[in-house]
Formats: sequence, C-alpha cells, structure tokens
Amino acid sequence: MTTTSRKGFAAFISDCARWALTGGIAYKLYLAALFGLIGAGIYAYSQQFQYGLRITGMSDIVSWGLYISNFTFFVGVAAAAVMLILPAYILKDKDLHKVVIIGEGVAVGALVMCLLFITVDMGGPLKVWHMIPGIGLFNWPSSILTWDMLVLNGYLALNSLVPLYILYCNYHGRNPVGWKYKPFVFLSIFWAISIHMTTAFLYQGLPARPFWNNPLLGPRFLASAFAAGPAVIMMVLIVIKESTSYPIDTNIFKKLKRIIVASAIINLVMLFSEVFKEFYTFTHHSLSAQYLFFGLEGHNSLVPWIWTAISLNILGTLLFAFDPTKCNPKYLMVAAISLFTGIWIEKGFGLIIPGFVPSPLGEVVDYTPSILEIMITVGILAAGAFVVTMLIKPALVIEMRLREQAGAAGGGE
Amino acid sequence: MDFSKKKEGRMQTEDMPEKKSSRRDFMKKMSIAAAAGSAGLVVGGCSGTPATEKMGLKWEEYFKKHYRLMTQEEKDATVTRLERLAKLDRGIDVQMSNQGPHEQVLFGYAFNISRCKGYMDCVEACVKENNLDRRGKTQYVRVFEMDPGQLDPTAGDGQYHHEVPVKNKFYMGVQCFHCENAPCIKACPTKATWREPDGIVVIDYDWCIGCRYCLAACPYWGRRFNWGDPEVPKDEINLNQHYLGNRMRMKGVMEKCTFCIQRTRKGKLPACADACPTGSRVFGNLLDPNSEIRFVLANKKVFRFKEDLGTDPKFWYFMD
Ligand code: SF4
Ligand code: SF4
Repeated sequence: MTTTSRKGFAAFISDCARWALTGGIAYKLYLAALFGLIGAGIYAYSQQFQYGLRITGMSDIVSWGLYISNFTFFVGVAAAAVMLILPAYILKDKDLHKVVIIGEGVAVGALVMCLLFITVDMGGPLKVWHMIPGIGLFNWPSSILTWDMLVLNGYLALNSLVPLYILYCNYHGRNPVGWKYKPFVFLSIFWAISIHMTTAFLYQGLPARPFWNNPLLGPRFLASAFAAGPAVIMMVLIVIKESTSYPIDTNIFKKLKRIIVASAIINLVMLFSEVFKEFYTFTHHSLSAQYLFFGLEGHNSLVPWIWTAISLNILGTLLFAFDPTKCNPKYLMVAAISLFTGIWIEKGFGLIIPGFVPSPLGEVVDYTPSILEIMITVGILAAGAFVVTMLIKPALVIEMRLREQAGAAGGGE
Repeated sequence: MDFSKKKEGRMQTEDMPEKKSSRRDFMKKMSIAAAAGSAGLVVGGCSGTPATEKMGLKWEEYFKKHYRLMTQEEKDATVTRLERLAKLDRGIDVQMSNQGPHEQVLFGYAFNISRCKGYMDCVEACVKENNLDRRGKTQYVRVFEMDPGQLDPTAGDGQYHHEVPVKNKFYMGVQCFHCENAPCIKACPTKATWREPDGIVVIDYDWCIGCRYCLAACPYWGRRFNWGDPEVPKDEINLNQHYLGNRMRMKGVMEKCTFCIQRTRKGKLPACADACPTGSRVFGNLLDPNSEIRFVLANKKVFRFKEDLGTDPKFWYFMD
C-alpha cells in the first residue's frame, strides 16, 4: 500500500477511498457481509415502499416500533463522541486525543443510521421536502420534531467537517490551525448535549403519554448514552487493536472505562428512582411501567426483554467497575457488549413501546416486529457499520503516516 | 359563549402560514417543467393518452403546495385534478368540494350517556360516509361499554360484541374531540394538520409526511394512520367528497374524524349524529344561542374527557 503524499483535495479523496477499500481477505469478507445485509435491507424496504408500513408489526396503537426505538438509541451513541472530544480537545488529554477521530467516525455512522431510521419510518418519504424550510412548511418552533431535525443535521455537519479538516491537514503533513476548527469543537460539545435533550423532549413533551411525560427522561437518556456510546467506541478500539498494527495504549481503555462506570452508575441510580416512583405509589399512570416490567392483562411480550436488559446492564457495569484483568481487551469486549446490549434494549424497545401501551383509551396490545421490519433495521445497522469503517480506515492510515513522519523527524534530530 | 368567539379571533390571526410568492412561483415552474418533462419521456412527446394525462396530473399534484397557502383558483385546480384522477384511476365520478368555513360558526358536539344504548349505528354510518378502509377496519368513532360507577372510557370495553341493550351497562362514544388547544397540531413538523376557523381539526392528506408524531401526541387516540392503501369496494365509495374530508386517502398518511366536513359545511348533521337511533348525539353551532348544543351546555350537567390536560375539546358528555 503506497502512502506517499500527493497534493490537493481530489488526491485526498481518491487516496482515502483506496485505503478504505483495500485490505486482507478477512476485511473483504467483512465488507461483503455488510453489503449482503444492506442489500437484504434494500429489498425489504422496496416491499415496504410498495405496500406501505402495513408490512411492519406496527398498528394504530403501537404506532412507533423498531425504527424509532433504534433511532432513539443511536442518537445517544452519536452524542457520546463528546465524551472523547471534551477531554481530548479541551482538557488536552494526549491519550484520548489519539483516538478522538475514531469517536467522531462512530458519531457520524450513528447519525447516518438515525437519519435512515427516520426516513424508513415515514409514510411518505417522497414528501420530505414538505419540511424543508423555504420550499416546504417548517413548523418551527412549535414542533419538537423540527428542532430534532435541525440539531441532528447540524451535529452531523459538525462531526463530519471538523475531522475532515484535521485529516486533510494531516494528509498533507501539516498541523491543523487551531482557530479554524477549535470554535466548532466547542460548539459540537454543546450540540451533543442538545441532540440528546431534544430527542428526549420529543417524548417528554407529550402529556398524552404519561410514561414519557417525565422530567427525568432527558437526564437519564444522557447518562445511559454516555455509558453506551463509549462502550461502542471501546468495541471499535478493541477491534482495531486486535486486527491492525495501529497502536492503542492501555491508558485509553482505562480512561474510557472510568467514563463508562461513572455514567452507568448514574444511569442505574436514576433507573431505580424511576422504578420506585412507578411502583411505590401505583397510579393509573404506572400501567405502562407495569406492562413493561410485569405485563398487563396477559400481554407480556416486553417482560423478558426488559429483564434481560437490566441484567446485562448490571452485569456490564459490574464487569467494568471491578476489572481483575487490568484492561485485558477480551475481557473489556465482553463487558462492553453486555452493557451496550443492555442499554440498547432498555433505551430502544423499553422506552418507546410502553409509551403506547396501554393506549390513551386504555387498550393493551402487543407489538412484534415483522421479518421485513427486522431486515430493514439490520440493513441500516450494516450501513452504519459500513460508514464507520469507510471513515476510520483511511483516517488510521493518515494518522499512522503522520506519526511515522513525526517519529522519523524526532529520530533525526 | 363569547369566550369561544374571543379565542376564535385569536386563532385566525396566529399560526397562519405566511404566503411566499417567490416560493410559489418557483414550485409552479418546477411542477410545470416536471409535468412537461415526464409527459415527454413517457410517450416520446405525443400527448393525450390517459397514461400521459395521469402522469402529468400526478406530477402537478406532487409539486402543489400546502392547502392553506393556495389561492382559491389553485384550490379549484387541485380539486379538478383530483376528480379527474379518480376517474382515471378508479373510474368513478367524484364531486369534490373545497368549501371553506362559514362566518360565525363554531362546531361543537355533545353526547348523551344516559341515552346511548350501544347500537353502533354511528360507527357504521361513519365508515360508509367517510370511505374508511374496510381491510384495516378503520373506525373514527368507537363506543365503549361501561359498568356503572365509572365515567372514564379507559375503564370500559371497546371490543364488546353482543346484542344490546344490556341491563346495567351504559355507553360512551369517543372520536377526535376537535380540541381548541390540540396537541396534535403543535406536534406536526409540516403543519399538515390544523384547526379551521369553524373549529374542525383537519389534515391535508397530500401534505402529511406520515411521521405519526401527531398520533403519539393525541391524548384521545383520535387519529388513524393508513398503514397500507385503504380499500373501499368501488360501488360503496361515497362520491360526495371534500378535499379536507372524506376524499380517498392513500397509504402512509394520517386521517381522522372531520365532523363530516363535507356534510356539516353544507348545513347537514355529521353522519354519526344523523344515524343515531336514540338521539344521543347532539351537534351544532356553539355561536348560535338558539342551537340545541347551546341548550345542552346551558341546562345539563356536562363534563369532558381528560379535562386536566387543558386541550379544551369541543366535545362534551352529558346526562339527562
Ligand atoms: S382529539 Fe386528538 S386528534 Fe382530535 S384535535 Fe384533539 S389532539 Fe387532535
Ligand atoms: S403524520 Fe402527518 S399530520 Fe401527523 S404529524 Fe406527521 S406530517 Fe403531521
């Protein structure tokens, strides 16, 4: 693989594309698998496009399902990049600075997934222009959904442009100029909080749904994301450490671990506080929580999920908190997967579905996603993984090269 | 009831989308160019076949703007296009109206819970009148069977299926309550749903993007989504339609009770009130001091569902 430097933006892009697509046989297989899943997703979506959302498991009672659940969760993952950006750029943490680009790549991938999930959930995807300000009618500031659209797209722009600029400079062997990107880094930190809070407000602001209409929803959302997001980033880092020659220091894992443990504990405390409120004073408004944790009127499809989620949550937190192996990558991988999966179920399924059950007229139905719906969801997850890979792979090549140059220069002095 | 009048005045001025002529021109040019382009593409320039005509009409429909931004001519044009499309698509002769609200009218509804016996003629009449999807069994009106000692439909049974009347039961009908302070309107990202000056909360089906945020926001479960293309047997389609009312919906859009806008703006009763064999359903103009609904509100004990949410519905329950 040649890494000689050429000049200009076109060369930058073509080199990046080349680095992104070349790799060993395992890497090729991995890409092929992603393409397969994406293809299956596209097929399933073509069915949905033709027959409408009736091919999903949703109904007039549970009117948001797998798509919006995943959307909600991945907003959290996207925002979590800030847990690397903040120490790396503001506190000048050297270790985290080396991997911050990976965090940003994960954020971009998560945002792409969010936007795809919203799009596939829409009944009239061809009519999206109706909400573009100027040519459509944008119900801002009244509708929280318009706020969410603004902050998500803004965050996507920030998280793509800043790393793009830095990589572009590094590609040409220059150091990025601080004032050109630092203001945007600051901005993106506040922005990360805002995408989170706005997405929580989407649900929190509906008095029609007592399960969501809860002031703790936003903060709890934030805490769980700051545990799940770094867990995803840790998984990516471990994969990179195990399968490439890119050096990743154990210190980085230690720091990530600290972030995860703190957030996960705050999350569990708030979960406990919520459970207490719902079940100590059992009111009419606790029926959704009862449906989630114990089932209602014989409907209990969420019960096994939520208890699995809580067990994985606690297990992951404990594994991270008491790590006897001192950051053994394999051990950390297990911990990260269990915490991530736990929060995924809890913040996705466990948050969205019970908001609809019982319905405002007191009716209880179960929701089971259809096969096609699952295929579309998996396709979008694969697309997200593909985006992350395409961003991180060339970024690592460029960073490696820069480090070698710096090393060579340092050795020559 | 001059409180409603006052609020009415406020409602008319706020929240009306501003008209942007540049945007309008732009969209118009776009639509004409697109229509011409598509027509040219399909049959290599020769126009006049039904397929080309349909294509052209569909393009113009796709690029049309929000109903509330249309001038009267544009409203007439879209209604004509939709009538023509109904002919081409389904072979039916639809009369579609775009009649606006009358001055000094604010619709309200009252439901007599001591009279209703649960016959559900209202439900059936509504399904027929409003061309509701037969496959998905869409219902705007639901009737809940209640045990004595309760006044909250959530405690009732909305699925009852047996002969009525039943001793010691009473019934509560629910539908969209046409809230004055409607959470669904606030939620919609595209302003595809709004409250007309006569109090009817409507949806521009062609503008709705199907995000279903309004459905999540409605505390009364007043909204229905078209999960697939609605199916109505051709000979059962009600041909007297209104743009904001019972015209055929398509997959992926929201719909709901419109107080039968196609009837009530012509001075008729909604189909449900018309069909009720017990006279439990009272509908009328809240601004007319001699109307029956005003009599009910002034002389009966009335209450509303989920009053604590501050939605100010225009739908009351009362007892004899
Ligand atoms: S009942 Fe529901 S759908 Fe009808 S106006 Fe009120 S909030 Fe909107
Ligand atoms: S489903 Fe349609 S009417 Fe409802 S909020 Fe979305 S765009 Fe508005």
